[in-house]
Amino acid sequence: MTETFEPVIIGFTCNWCSYRAADMAGTARMKYPPNIRLIRLMCSGRLDPTFVLKAFASGADAVLITGCHPGDCHYVEQNYKALRRFQLLKRVLTQMGIEPQRLKLVWASAAEGAKLAEAITEHTEEIRALGPLNWPTGPNGFEQNKPEEMVVQEVTA
Amino acid sequence: MERITIDPITRLEGHGKIEIFLDPEGNVANTYFQIPELRGFESFCVGRPVEEVPILTNRICGVCPEAHHMAGAKAADAVYHVDPPSTAKKLRELLYSAFFVTDHTTHFYALAGPDFIMGPDAPVAERNILGVIHKVGLEIGGKVIQCRKYGHTVVEMIGGRKVHPCTSIPGGLTKGITEEQRQEIEKMGRWAIEFAQFSLKLFNDIVLGNQAYVDLILGDIYTHHTYYIGTVDENNKVNFYDGKVSVVDPEGKRLGKYGPSEYTDWIAEHVEPWTYLKFPYLKKVGWKGFVDGKDSGVYMATPLSRLNASDGMATPLAQAEYEKFYSTLGGKPVHQRLTIHWARLVELLYAAERWVELASDPEITSDNFRTIPTEKPTEGVGIVEAPRGTLTHHYWTDERGITTKVNLIVGTTNNYAPISMSIKKAAQSLITKGTVVTEGLLNRVEMAFRAYDPCFGCATHSLPGQMPLEVTIRDHEGKTVDVLKQYC
Amino acid sequence: MSTNGKPKFAMYWAASCGGCEIAVLNIHEKILDVDANFDVVFWPVAMDTKYKDVEAMPDASILLTLFNGAIRNDENAHMAHLLRQKSKILVAFGSCANEGCMPALANLSSAKDIITTAYHTLSTDNPQGIEPQPDWNAPEGEIHIPRLLPVVKTLDQVVPVDYYMPGCPPESPQIAAVIDLVVQVLQGKAELPPAGSVIGAGNSTVCDECLRTRNVKLIKKFERIQNTKLDPILCILEQGVLCSGPATRSGCNALCPVAGSPCIGCYGPAEGVLDYGARLMTAVASVIDSNDPDEIDSILDGIPDPVGMFYRFNMAGSLLRASKGAWDGK
Repeated sequence: MTETFEPVIIGFTCNWCSYRAADMAGTARMKYPPNIRLIRLMCSGRLDPTFVLKAFASGADAVLITGCHPGDCHYVEQNYKALRRFQLLKRVLTQMGIEPQRLKLVWASAAEGAKLAEAITEHTEEIRALGPLNWPTGPNGFEQNKPEEMVVQEVTA
Repeated sequence: MERITIDPITRLEGHGKIEIFLDPEGNVANTYFQIPELRGFESFCVGRPVEEVPILTNRICGVCPEAHHMAGAKAADAVYHVDPPSTAKKLRELLYSAFFVTDHTTHFYALAGPDFIMGPDAPVAERNILGVIHKVGLEIGGKVIQCRKYGHTVVEMIGGRKVHPCTSIPGGLTKGITEEQRQEIEKMGRWAIEFAQFSLKLFNDIVLGNQAYVDLILGDIYTHHTYYIGTVDENNKVNFYDGKVSVVDPEGKRLGKYGPSEYTDWIAEHVEPWTYLKFPYLKKVGWKGFVDGKDSGVYMATPLSRLNASDGMATPLAQAEYEKFYSTLGGKPVHQRLTIHWARLVELLYAAERWVELASDPEITSDNFRTIPTEKPTEGVGIVEAPRGTLTHHYWTDERGITTKVNLIVGTTNNYAPISMSIKKAAQSLITKGTVVTEGLLNRVEMAFRAYDPCFGCATHSLPGQMPLEVTIRDHEGKTVDVLKQYC
Repeated sequence: MSTNGKPKFAMYWAASCGGCEIAVLNIHEKILDVDANFDVVFWPVAMDTKYKDVEAMPDASILLTLFNGAIRNDENAHMAHLLRQKSKILVAFGSCANEGCMPALANLSSAKDIITTAYHTLSTDNPQGIEPQPDWNAPEGEIHIPRLLPVVKTLDQVVPVDYYMPGCPPESPQIAAVIDLVVQVLQGKAELPPAGSVIGAGNSTVCDECLRTRNVKLIKKFERIQNTKLDPILCILEQGVLCSGPATRSGCNALCPVAGSPCIGCYGPAEGVLDYGARLMTAVASVIDSNDPDEIDSILDGIPDPVGMFYRFNMAGSLLRASKGAWDGK
């Protein structure tokens, strides 16, 4: 009996806008799939491509990056940094054979809980249809990275 | 069948191993010289911007990255249909000449020298660079170190780094040299000429002055009649950096000369399933197997080949040595493989003279060392002489200059068939029914391929500069009968 | 050559180019210090010790082994295990052993692809499509060559490593300094750094050693080096030519930028970095002078080969390590 594939999605949300949007969705009881595991950053500009790569290497099927709308960043311009990194990362991931849909960027303000919930739901179904990534260094894979590497380390910004 | 396995062979590109099979009488039935390595440069250079490929291909070999860098630089120039300014070409050739001096020196002293200075049957513990130094004096060891130092200093000055140069780009170089540097380079070059002459004299006294060695060199064990190739300039004189590749047959008759874009009309590569390295051969003659002769496409590309395939050396002192070489050995072409060591020293002298020639050229300090390409990139071939043989780089790109395909025929690869044949012939001559396999015998098998200076001819290892050999003799049931080891 | 109770030293090359060996020799007269203080027991490029002799050595009997070269085939992996067993201190020497170096770019293709490409090139005459076989029945008997592993690995992906010495190759002054340190340790005058440390390199990035002048970088267009004449005083990245200096560990004295060529990243990641390419991506993304997605895309088109640029030396040591196609063996 085959089980439905449940994607594992890591979501990096920024503290000021998108995390609050997710909060709002929660308090308003707007449903979105539990496949996404949210990690809060102070700003989307804090997103180091290392986080995305580590997510995929550790077994994630997709990564969602969320942040404040362009022009609304709490720290003024840093979401543009996230945008540039995202666009560059996508090119690298494509060359590595990871489908571009697996990395998504969504701008959401604190009031856009519904929008965020919808985006997450859509993304989850898209990835479900795409199938698991099963990167060999992940928990189901045949190549484990050294256990010590998986410990949280301070990564300079 | 009884089998003798030699694993690993050392001092060649990466690793190698030899399997010797004995027939029931105890004679050598066949040998297989296997190369167990493949890294896949022809795959992973694809997709890279073409200006990076001369830097990527450096890593094919850290002993002769200069050769790959230059062949790659010329191929990248050809891809962009750009002609670098004369200063750039001269600077590249100057770097290249200094590199040749360094490389030939370390092979001769650390690898070849011990066989002749100590003797092929000398005790294992002495048959290395340390033994050489004890016999001829610490001063010589110091000179060899000095020569390497000078050579690499020039490489760094022009190439940016001592190992894996980085300054050649399509259209020229990223830097030139100052007058101060030029003077230092010239001074070092003049020292190198003296050192080359000293080395030739050493060879003359110790090797040619010893009848036993002369017999060894002229003997049939290490002799093969094959085709020879080498790059020559427009006067048919040996040139390491640029020119056309001259091909001569076993009788010395020139079959023709080919330019970079014509190499596929001349050279093809044969594949065997028991080794990762391919066997280049002359297309016009065809692959007939591992055999000598005019009807076999097997060819050699070594210092001896370059001398055989040319009409002379372009500098006066080296030309005199070239003439002496052939008059001593009875005319052109010469087929005895051990004479490669001598030919190498003649080239050493030429490289040193060329070093000084280029360093004295007033154009060498010009700041016009780059041309910006204007044409669309397509495809290009670059050929240089690596110390071990003719090196060919062929790159194809898309219209953005991103590499779409790469074909490489590397120096030592040219010689894979002749080396295999030399090993087999030496083994067959030395191991016959009833032979007691001794250390000296093993060394004489080694000498068969050491003459070719397979890439990775190591530099000044002031340690037992000897190839490790272990010979395992098994009976027909595979049981080990005897194990002979050769190490310090 | 006497053994005299001197500590044992070994240097081995796996899938390497020999540049590390040459870099060691380029310490020139200092090689005599190695000879004076150590008994060199295994160095295939120079000496006759065979694999069987290493196997016969007691465990941990070699004090110091410098292991260079990547792990490309099963023979390399076997030697890594063997030398780990026989050595007290195992150093991942050079970029190949540390992070895969350029041969790890092969991790963008499958091992199968690599073989197919090599034996069907333009000049290869192979109508029967022969490809090398790890085991082959010669008429006289069966002979073997190593099997390619599916992907290139770093040394520490195969065995635990005590120290890491980066560089392609490690620069000779750094090697000389490390030898000096080891000799001092042997004489009881100094202590070894903590296990797992990077030795023979700096604690900062190449930019700190580079002599060029740096200002705020605002790139509207990336240039290919052959299309532009670089100002010799100004930062290379600032002039729009991609330079890996910002993410690369120091220790080489910024030789390449000094010579007019951009840093290519051969000294590997800076301290504390998990994925070299990620850090270089961050640095490059930061200097792009645009906030508009379409304009950003157009500027990024000036980086025609992102993976090759960001993971030039570090593919095997990165987090993803190889492309999906390479992992899947397609």
